[in-house]
Amino acid sequence: MNPTLPFALLANGAGMPWGDVPEWPLAVLVQRTGEELDRGARLCAWFGVPEGAATRVVSLIAFDSDNTLAIARSEPAAGGYRSLTLTHPQAHLFEREVWEQHGLNPEGHPWLKPVRKGAGSAPAVGEFFRVEGREVHEVAVGPVHAGIIEPGHFRFQCAGEEVLHLEIALGYQHRGIEEALAGGPHRTTMSRMEVVAGDTTIGHATAYSSAMEALAGTEVPLRAQWLRAIALELERLANHTGDLGALANDVAFIPTASACGKIRGDFLNLTALICGNRFGRGLVRPGGCRHDLEAERLSRLASRLEEALSEVEAAAGWMWDASSVRSRFEDTGTIFAKQASDLGMVGPAARACGLVRDVRFDHPAGWYRLAQAPVAVWPGGDVFARTRVRWLEVQRSGRFLREQLGSPVEGQVFEAAAPARPDTLAVSMVEGWRGEICHVALTGPQGRLRRYKIVDPSFHNWIGLALALRGEAISNFPICNKSMSLSYCGFDL
Amino acid sequence: MAYPKGPPAPLPDRHGGALRVDAAKCPQGCGECLDVCPTEAIAQPSGGGVRLDLGRCLFCAECVAACPHGAITQTGDHRMAVRRREDLILGAPGSEEVRLAAALDLRLRKLFGRSLRLRQVSAGGDGAEEADLNVLGTIGWDIGRFGIQFVASPRHADGLVVTGPVSRNMELALKKTWDAMPEPKIVIAVGAAAVSGGPFIGSPEVRGGVGAVLPVDLYIPGWPPHPLTILDGLLRLLDRLDG
Repeated sequence: MNPTLPFALLANGAGMPWGDVPEWPLAVLVQRTGEELDRGARLCAWFGVPEGAATRVVSLIAFDSDNTLAIARSEPAAGGYRSLTLTHPQAHLFEREVWEQHGLNPEGHPWLKPVRKGAGSAPAVGEFFRVEGREVHEVAVGPVHAGIIEPGHFRFQCAGEEVLHLEIALGYQHRGIEEALAGGPHRTTMSRMEVVAGDTTIGHATAYSSAMEALAGTEVPLRAQWLRAIALELERLANHTGDLGALANDVAFIPTASACGKIRGDFLNLTALICGNRFGRGLVRPGGCRHDLEAERLSRLASRLEEALSEVEAAAGWMWDASSVRSRFEDTGTIFAKQASDLGMVGPAARACGLVRDVRFDHPAGWYRLAQAPVAVWPGGDVFARTRVRWLEVQRSGRFLREQLGSPVEGQVFEAAAPARPDTLAVSMVEGWRGEICHVALTGPQGRLRRYKIVDPSFHNWIGLALALRGEAISNFPICNKSMSLSYCGFDL
Repeated sequence: MAYPKGPPAPLPDRHGGALRVDAAKCPQGCGECLDVCPTEAIAQPSGGGVRLDLGRCLFCAECVAACPHGAITQTGDHRMAVRRREDLILGAPGSEEVRLAAALDLRLRKLFGRSLRLRQVSAGGDGAEEADLNVLGTIGWDIGRFGIQFVASPRHADGLVVTGPVSRNMELALKKTWDAMPEPKIVIAVGAAAVSGGPFIGSPEVRGGVGAVLPVDLYIPGWPPHPLTILDGLLRLLDRLDG
């Protein structure tokens, strides 16, 4: 970290007066953000805040090894500015988004297209990157896919079976979550937060609740923090287990696929044991948790957890022992560490490139300040590495849960949160099962939300999938896709 | 899994199942339940009592806790799929609970009763309904044993299963999928968002449920619906349940 860092420092889960956020002309913000990225910082969020007819841009960066976040903003700006993406590709989608939402034009941006909105009736209507040549052909897939999954459009440029380029166009799931938050929170806000990505209910609900608590300047009871961490790791276990099975399925290794499909449900049912809902809806609220994990319920949870963990251990073992599986996973869909770093990738996909980045470890908040799971890293960047990291995290989340369930903290799980302070900015990050979930909340003079920014890990990582396919056989798309397991609705908001 | 020949495993105790509204226990003008509902699913008609729309319900049970008269209660019942939207409105005398779905007519039962092919489209779905539809294909639930199968092409499908409030950006793709399916065909709305818009009611970016776009034959409430609730709805439609 630069000792003369011009940005304001803040910690995950903390708030600060909006007026104390350093303010520079937009060109200076772009330049200084670029300088910090060159020193190893990572871009967590880059978004606009409307001010009259103009827009302020906010830059939130992370110094992972220093466990510190830093923030700055621009003076109100309009028109164009020199694109940060030109020198720092990790800004590529953020700048497109700010352009789409506020009309600020990042001049020189190499691929300035809408992120979620489209011309006419559908978002992907428009130009795609095309490779020319007599042998080149184009494959268009989606928005409606073959399985029971969410919609998105994939445009492959192929020479025979080989993919030369893949462009991913999303936006079909756009529900207007961010826009509707201005003037909030509203009656529906909490429920919408729980389905920003519906398979990450605990992750996003915790990020939102922590942001609101930071705006109020309060902390929830320790027992609530403990219970949120338990729910978050259960969410990780369910999704990782489901994806281990889905990866096995995509290479026709049916034993693991069948078993993990069932075990995933067992983990979801553990969340339902806590709160009644398999996806954790209704558990996390600003102020704490709506349900407690009483001693008797805890002991039932602990014993059913042991059963599920031992089953997933066996099911994963069959897959790791099968050379046919390994040969399909190894050297497939490789993303290089430098690419992952340059693009600001997060979560298991980044850790599978050997990058050590995990909010629980780098920017611990809530219960993770008191109890940590080691970061699961694997080198290689291929499907094998991503699968391996998911498996390591299953084991480590299992161990974490055993420890936490064995030493519950006493106290209440809920204490009504104070009202949000006016003209305050708060940052809240959670390591969801896909990676870094980042929420930034800003209140106006009445203490109501003025701007709320959500960055799902998928926002950073979809471009990684596109790169993983370069030079790959198109038939490997399913396992590459599943190894990343990204969210459509979390991206589309 | 013993079900449906034997009894199903009970829902998680904190799930609570379908709600029941006893108008007789609801005195005029209390309204304690109205403000706690995140989706404004509860209304006070002019004639007294309350009306609760289970199609909008997120099953948070805040209204159950708020009602000082015990007029809104949890039944613990997983069954709540209906054929008509109005059958999800609870609270009028004689309509304390949902009016469970009737089977398809004889002609459609003959066609689909032992072989129902479904095409799923997520139109703003959040991934959870999709996950619990996928669950029905896993070894425990195994909906293949009822002749129900999810297929890749709308050309092969008898029914369209829709999740999500129908985002405007998916409306065209949803309609095209529907148009590509051969007659006769049915539509099944899964989850509060698909049934009514759920928490996205009022959002300018969504259509407020499948019913705004396509004719719906089966509504399955839930947030998301428990797999058992979905399976019950499908089997009810095909007349594959006794009682």
